[in-house]
Amino acid sequence: MMFSAETLRKFNREVAKYPAGRERSAVMACLALAQEEQGWLSPEAIEAVANYLGIAPIAAYEVASFYNMYDLKPLGKYKLTLCTNLPCALSGANHAAAYLKEKLGIALGETTADGRFTLVEGECMGACGDAPVMLINNRHLCARMVPEEIDRVLEECA
Amino acid sequence: MAIMGTIAPILTAGWMGANGDDGWRLADYVARGGYAMLRQILENRRPPEEIIAEVKTSVLRGRGGAGFPTGLKWSFMPRALSGDKYVVCNTDEGEPGTFKDRDITRCNPHAIIEGMAIAAYAMGANRGYNYIHGEIWEIYKRFEEALDEARQAGFIGQNILGSGFSFELFAHHGYGAYVCGEETALLESIEGKKGQPRFKPPFPASFGLFGRPTTINNTETLASIPFILKMGGEAYLNAGKPNNGGSKVFSVSGHVNRPGNYEIPMGTPFTQLLELAGGVRGGRKLKAVIPGGSSSPVLPADRIMECTLDYDSISKAGSMFGSGALIVMDETTCMVKALERLSWFYHEESCGQCTPCREGTGWLYQVVHRIENGEGRPDDLETLAHVAGNIGGRTICALGDAAAMPVQSFIQHFRDEFLYHIEHKTCLVPKDVQWAGSDFHRFGN
Ligand SMILES: Cc1cc2nc3c(=O)[nH]c(=O)nc-3n(C[C@H](O)[C@H](O)[C@H](O)COP(=O)(O)O)c2cc1C
Ligand code: FES
Repeated sequence: MMFSAETLRKFNREVAKYPAGRERSAVMACLALAQEEQGWLSPEAIEAVANYLGIAPIAAYEVASFYNMYDLKPLGKYKLTLCTNLPCALSGANHAAAYLKEKLGIALGETTADGRFTLVEGECMGACGDAPVMLINNRHLCARMVPEEIDRVLEECA
Repeated sequence: MAIMGTIAPILTAGWMGANGDDGWRLADYVARGGYAMLRQILENRRPPEEIIAEVKTSVLRGRGGAGFPTGLKWSFMPRALSGDKYVVCNTDEGEPGTFKDRDITRCNPHAIIEGMAIAAYAMGANRGYNYIHGEIWEIYKRFEEALDEARQAGFIGQNILGSGFSFELFAHHGYGAYVCGEETALLESIEGKKGQPRFKPPFPASFGLFGRPTTINNTETLASIPFILKMGGEAYLNAGKPNNGGSKVFSVSGHVNRPGNYEIPMGTPFTQLLELAGGVRGGRKLKAVIPGGSSSPVLPADRIMECTLDYDSISKAGSMFGSGALIVMDETTCMVKALERLSWFYHEESCGQCTPCREGTGWLYQVVHRIENGEGRPDDLETLAHVAGNIGGRTICALGDAAAMPVQSFIQHFRDEFLYHIEHKTCLVPKDVQWAGSDFHRFGN
């Protein structure tokens, strides 16, 4: 498997953050970049990252399977991770979950039939003052997910 | 969200704009007097022991949760040892209820960088990492931008300001694992491994990142350093109360009218913070507060109302100051349901290394879950006490204790509500009241 030149350039930048001989430290960042490029982490992608860093594929797989934000299965174009931990739940996270399920016609953990949205539950994102919060594709954290805001944010997901 | 209110602010003074982050860039920070302390220290070659002594005088206690005195921690570093030594900043903020480090990084990233550079100078460290929570990618990108600015201006890197002191600093982005907030799991994670905590001893000061001497501090701890040195340790201490130096950024979430971050002096009465936060939502009655992040024992309303916000008062009341994150719950809250959600969290986030935690957190969740769902058994509270008691103190890291303490305290203070659940197979607080009480919160209403 080959990554784009742009992704490889970003890999290099990550490796440079660590002392010589400590390339393994960049595995988290490189897996995240690989996932960003390809939408999910296939076994081939994980192995390619491992080969790039000169570490055993199992070492990269161990990391990919330990951290929650790596996706080891294909999913919708937009992954919506709604925080339902207690502080968010006290300010409408369960209402937001109900609204999203109804609007998208799916349950938590499911993907819409058109392949656009996957809805999952998340843990505290360190943003509880903005509750309820929702993370889009691991990158964009959206605050105060009242119905109108949810509508607006989903509309922006073309 | 900007900082929502302050009393005599130190760390957040001068944050600009509606979102508090108009002034995050280097030029703004310098205009506010930023990097002057680093410059002064390097130009005067201030003795490192003197800096550590000043931090000790301030009685700054670690803001990450354990409250360990920062100056003392710094003195454990073997400064004279040659080779790489590390300063690591913990911005993995994943303790439910805590959201101060995100705002500090968003609004004032250069205070963290300056604090880390001073810490490195004081401890003889030459490299550093800031480990940033996975879910706040936008904040991570901002911190990287701030690092670029600082590097270009010569505040980090080789031969800083011509002083001969060098400090290389980078950001490491987490990817979703609460346990990586634990300092040795965090080091494993920077090494590119699963975030499984290490046995201590050896402590990081002797065997840390890549086996080298390392000091890990919380974001708020490190960002406070330039301000403490500027005002002097004594003045910082006096800004708080004895044994509880300085001010603190408190994160207030849950059933209040104005959730958000508030910087106030240590020792401020809880009632005053509650008032700043707009009071209990909709004028309802306060039921309970988790005062120091989800891992600290819950306190019923009458107890927290008596507390001042400092380590001593909160621990006297039977809880922990923790990260200074207050989760406020009013009378519409079902305590069983609240505990069920927290227990699920610890079960999900246990790294699986220690049997008591891996299995125990699963048991705790299952039992609380069945009580909440009307399938509780008469001896369930005993089972919970037994399981929780067998996790606490029997694991490599404190995640096990963090899972056990909510269970023990919820049952201790709200026993009748749990018993009602078991007996009547439903909540004491009617479901529709709960649902309405935790509805979407709209600011300004
Ligand atoms: C499960 C667990 C999670 C933790 N999460 C954090 C965290 O998110 N941020 C933090 O600063 N400290 C966290 N800590 C505490 C750290 O281990 C460590 O004590 C702290 O970063 C030291 O910094 P300080 O002395 O400045 O407080 C956590 C501890 C445990 C056991
Ligand atoms: S509980 Fe949702 S962000 Fe903290």
